[in-house]
Amino acid sequence: MESMLHITTLHYLVLGAALFLLGVVGVLTRRNVVIVLMSIELILNAVNLNLVAFSRLWGGLHGQVFAIFIITDAAAEAAVGLGILIAFFRNKETVNIDEVNLLKW
Amino acid sequence: MTPVATPFFFYLFAAIMLIGGILVITRKNPVHSALALIVALLAQASIYLMLYAPFVAGVQIILYAGGIMVLFLFVIMLVSIERSMKERQFNSQWVAGTVAAVALGGLFIAVYAKAEKIFPHHAIRITPDELLNTQGVASMLYGQYMFAFEIASLLLLVAIIGAVVMAKKRI
Amino acid sequence: MHAIIDYISSYLTSDKTPGAAGNMFWVLVYIMLVFAGLSVAVIAMNWLERKILAHMQVRLGPMRVGPHGLLQPIADAIKLLLKEDIMPAEADGFVFWMAPLIVVLAAFTVFVVVPFGPTHAITDMNIGILFMLGVSSLSVLGIVMAGWASNSHYPLMGALRSSAQMVSYEIAMGLAVVSVILVTSLHGSGLYGVGGAGAGDGTLSMIGIVRAQQEQGVWFIFKFFPLGLIAFFIFAVSMVAETNRAPFDLAEAESELTAGFHTEYSGFRWSLFFLAEYSAMIAVSSIAVTLWLGGWLRPFPNLLNGDTWDQAFSFIPGITFLFFAAICFYNAVRMPKHPLFRVQTIGLFGFGVVLGLIGLALFVPAVSIRVQDIFWFAAKVSGFMYVYIWFRGTFPRYRFDQLMQLGWKVLLPMGLGVLILTAIFGLWPSIQQLIQRLI
Repeated sequence: MESMLHITTLHYLVLGAALFLLGVVGVLTRRNVVIVLMSIELILNAVNLNLVAFSRLWGGLHGQVFAIFIITDAAAEAAVGLGILIAFFRNKETVNIDEVNLLKW
Repeated sequence: MTPVATPFFFYLFAAIMLIGGILVITRKNPVHSALALIVALLAQASIYLMLYAPFVAGVQIILYAGGIMVLFLFVIMLVSIERSMKERQFNSQWVAGTVAAVALGGLFIAVYAKAEKIFPHHAIRITPDELLNTQGVASMLYGQYMFAFEIASLLLLVAIIGAVVMAKKRI
Repeated sequence: MHAIIDYISSYLTSDKTPGAAGNMFWVLVYIMLVFAGLSVAVIAMNWLERKILAHMQVRLGPMRVGPHGLLQPIADAIKLLLKEDIMPAEADGFVFWMAPLIVVLAAFTVFVVVPFGPTHAITDMNIGILFMLGVSSLSVLGIVMAGWASNSHYPLMGALRSSAQMVSYEIAMGLAVVSVILVTSLHGSGLYGVGGAGAGDGTLSMIGIVRAQQEQGVWFIFKFFPLGLIAFFIFAVSMVAETNRAPFDLAEAESELTAGFHTEYSGFRWSLFFLAEYSAMIAVSSIAVTLWLGGWLRPFPNLLNGDTWDQAFSFIPGITFLFFAAICFYNAVRMPKHPLFRVQTIGLFGFGVVLGLIGLALFVPAVSIRVQDIFWFAAKVSGFMYVYIWFRGTFPRYRFDQLMQLGWKVLLPMGLGVLILTAIFGLWPSIQQLIQRLI
């Protein structure tokens, strides 16, 4: 009970891990590309949560700076990913990721 | 000002985040997924506030919830989703995928159980420079991480060009 | 009991905002005051917009309900509340239901950090302006949801247009805001003055930004003379686009899209969109007032300084209210002397008496010193509101490609240029030193 009521870094890490796992499940099992991209966002957010929690633990700001870099990266990733998605939809009229099989013989 | 009722808010926002995450990966309709993701992201911004990272929380709201997710919703509206909503939602290797994720979860649990002693059990103390969070982050971005910052701007430029090239019919 | 009274009265001597002082009672009081004031302002705006537009087009506008149509907004509100609430059969129920709520929440939450005076804000955050921009950008989500959930063509088109427009103009807006934040870090003073004792820490807090203007002795619209004005101009244009108002109201262009994203909404839900639109207008105007026009500071701080002028300016709120009261009395006397108009005449007279009493109360120094900040802030914001209506009365609507061209090819490069030039001017002493060392 004592450990439930004092929120320590470990709590944040467990939350981050749970979010990360949800993202992994989404990426590995869903067919819809849009939802796969969103699951990737979940994974990135789990990482951000860990970074900010560690930055709190050590009292510096390095973790927060890295979180900002990761948010930038997520923006770039979303822009390119959604661009690919639109190009893909225009060519194949589908958004299912397991129909991207041109290279599969 | 010290935070009040920290455990309550932590568990509240953690629950919102996890429920949002579960809805993201289980909804049939991508718009509903996107809305669940927005809720999860806002809850995460609140958790950043609890971690004394107000600047990151603000960036999270303005960039993630106000920027990236609008982009997602925009694209979902451009591609027609009626057909894919009637189809199978999970791919054929979903069993293998779930097993792999569960194995990864087991690994996490093992690591955290071992590492529990490393992390201090008492509530974390406030260091003074966190009260000047924005200024601190700024001087770090433009000081120590200057090179990484420039690289990030280059990355964004490349992403813009890439997105335009991908999405344009004829260049 | 005693403890509660102590807790409540302990804030009265504080010079902080209730949120910063951590006094929950006064936080709740301020939230209610802001909410009530905002609702009254939206109702008043509804009436004023119709009247002003009507007079611009040489007609009378609402005249029937109440004296000079003063009760028209209330009649409209009752009508909207009594109307049937229609939801399209193919609509996505939950999203359709959530969309107006999100828009209203985003529009009202912004007011948490708006500084109506040095102590008159719900709270002061060290990320204030970032919070305001972020939360007001959430209203795009509500608009997109409304357009998509209606499952109809016009709303979808309207939502796509509106979200593209808001996302584009947010960038120009952000650049203009950043140039102000740069200026807050300077210590120099004067209209054309450059940084004096070198640059220090800037601030994102709304109260901090106004304090910086007080310290530097200049409203940021006049700082580095043309630069502040250009930044303000960029912000003013993009704020009209951001709130989907004429001449950038393509999202709800009647001639093309019926009513845009809220075509399928009716009754109470529609009135929520209406409420959100007007409170978003007030919100962006208060950002502009805080950032460029000195927030709660009285005009002419340098030209007309000294205790005498302070005293003189502290009379203006009371005089303004007395003036409004006089207008009411004048019109009450001019009312037709027919028995049918008796109730209206008495009502208008009573309204004038209330305004006059408020005006007289504002002459009491103890009251006026507490409240005149709010008066100046509100006066500046209402100037913006008038300009909004003026725009609607005069400008023709833009075409969508023209709108995008203006946003991306004009305002964005201008914003970048202003930002760079502001940085150069702000660092001018150090640059001069550097040049001297090089030569």
